[in-house]
Amino acid sequence: MKKTLFDKIWDAHVVKKIDDGPNVLYIDRMYIHEVTSPQAFAGLAARGLDVFRPLQVTATADHNTPTVNQHLPVRDEQSRSQLETLAANCRKNNIQHFGLGNEYNGIVHVIGPELGFTQPGMTIVCGDSHTSTHGALGCIAFGVGTSEVEMVLASQCILQPKPKSMRITVEGALQKNVSAKDIILYIISKLGTDGGTGYFVEFAGSAIRNLSVEGRMTLCNMSIEMGARGGMIAPDQKTFDYLKGRINAPSGDEFCIAVEKWKRLVTDDGATFDMEYSFNGEEIPVMITYGTNPGMAMPVSASIPSAEKSDDSPNESFVKALNYMGLKPGEKLLGKKIDYVFLGSCTNGRIEDLRVFAGYVKGKKKAPGVTAWIVPGSKLVEKQAHEEGLVRILKDAGFEFRQPGCSACLAMNDDKVPEGKYCLSTSNRNFEGRQGPGSRTFLAGPLLAAAAAVTGEISNPAE
Amino acid sequence: MAKEKFNTIVSQCVPLVEENIDTDQIIPARYLKATTRQGFGDFLFRDWRFSPDSKPVKGFILNNPAYSGTVLVAGRNFGCGSSREHAAWAIHDYGFRVVVSSFFADIFRNNALNNGILPVQVSQRFLDVLLQTAMADPDTKVTVDLGKQTISIPSKGLSESFAINGYKKECLMEGYDDIDYLVNLRDEITEAETLWAGK
Repeated sequence: MKKTLFDKIWDAHVVKKIDDGPNVLYIDRMYIHEVTSPQAFAGLAARGLDVFRPLQVTATADHNTPTVNQHLPVRDEQSRSQLETLAANCRKNNIQHFGLGNEYNGIVHVIGPELGFTQPGMTIVCGDSHTSTHGALGCIAFGVGTSEVEMVLASQCILQPKPKSMRITVEGALQKNVSAKDIILYIISKLGTDGGTGYFVEFAGSAIRNLSVEGRMTLCNMSIEMGARGGMIAPDQKTFDYLKGRINAPSGDEFCIAVEKWKRLVTDDGATFDMEYSFNGEEIPVMITYGTNPGMAMPVSASIPSAEKSDDSPNESFVKALNYMGLKPGEKLLGKKIDYVFLGSCTNGRIEDLRVFAGYVKGKKKAPGVTAWIVPGSKLVEKQAHEEGLVRILKDAGFEFRQPGCSACLAMNDDKVPEGKYCLSTSNRNFEGRQGPGSRTFLAGPLLAAAAAVTGEISNPAE
Repeated sequence: MAKEKFNTIVSQCVPLVEENIDTDQIIPARYLKATTRQGFGDFLFRDWRFSPDSKPVKGFILNNPAYSGTVLVAGRNFGCGSSREHAAWAIHDYGFRVVVSSFFADIFRNNALNNGILPVQVSQRFLDVLLQTAMADPDTKVTVDLGKQTISIPSKGLSESFAINGYKKECLMEGYDDIDYLVNLRDEITEAETLWAGK
């Protein structure tokens, strides 16, 4: 029988099918962080249970961590308590923990792949919706709630109905300056924020294959923003090259054996999906969001649509979103003054993103009125940015290079955009208040972030 | 561990007409710093319910004393965005046991079910009638019968059935617990691991 990539991996991990109910799905690796795990450990302790497979759990501190002075005690008492609780839970249960200050610390979805924990063919969960990122390496990875984290701690399994399957094919060469971020914002703007709900998405086509592994992560990362459980891309030579030599990846003969297995992880010719979409890569422009969900996105040089033309959002919510943003239908965003720029997050906090940003600002100066947070996704990304001379370029252009963490993506730490201020952000969500109460977010890729940081306004580097 | 059993509910409801209500609206990230499950109800819809200086926002439905009950009714695509289970905890802690919408985000649906909250997915037409009726009359009651899988608005003579998988239905009605179930499977899981390791 012809099978999809998704079916191959899912079916190989089903321990049991419950009649008229979910599957008992085996999880190869679970990532945990400080915000969504404490209640799961507490639940386990209340039952007097041990962690079933502690070696298959990996922990990092990222959501609450400050992005300056990480050598000092965390000032916020509750944040510190969450970080200490995670450390204590990991010590007690023999779980590997890359805490604050550790040389491998960073955002959970950045460190998983870069340390080689994430590998093709795996099932991966984490109490974080952007777990979909890991699908870029050809695995089934999805976000779960804390009760489900507890299930995995207790049994290395999760009760999960099998999602429907969707394939999104993007063929053709991308235009200059168009990145993975633009592809995914374009797709979400076409399918809507619930267009993928109930589905697991495989991304395919030449435009996808031509992306680097980092770009694929950006793409899969935001598949949750169209409601999909996750996104995935069949592993290929780029994936194998990316993994070779990484700390937890197989090495030597074992690597060759693994690659032979991974090569079978493709959708069979003739396999069918519950839903298919295809897009022409040549038509995808540089994108930016204008509203309060990631589906409210448009070409950077376009005008904000009028409510009647927007079939994604209903009028009432559309008007509310524009009011919140302080914008009007028909308005152009080019030239709009920007107060803050955030480069970072599990969406765009990898070395490639820093290279794009640094490449643009090299020899230029940060605009005086702009506060810019340049936040690497991990300690390894930070180190590499130093080694490649990117940090020097940033500093020469007047930018401060901060320390790793989720930072202004969700503003759990001090990196908050003040009420009413505009932020051009490379993160994944422009929800009301996401970057701080009353904050106003424009989502875009690293290039637009760099251009805004230098000009102080939304600008198109191509013009 | 046994959980609270879900019985038939007859209640007034609280209508929220907004669509695409994301979990950052249900509970903003800065209130996710606790290490226990209790007390999140105070932060439910925090930034819609209270001004920055913590005064109740007039006009927001949770601040209107005419509205009460254990049923929350919301526009389509409720619970999209973050996987934070704190959203479900906040809804439960506030006192809701049912959320009615025409469409739910996947992770929120699971989180709700795992916390004794029943997500009832209805047709857009039923939702529109329920929202309008409840907006016009705060005393509007709904009946949610999990056993029969029906939801009705008696004052309108309107009723609709909803879907739920048999396993989850039984768990909710009997107060069964998923972790107990999975821990009892540990031997079976170990066997599967051994089998797969040989492949």
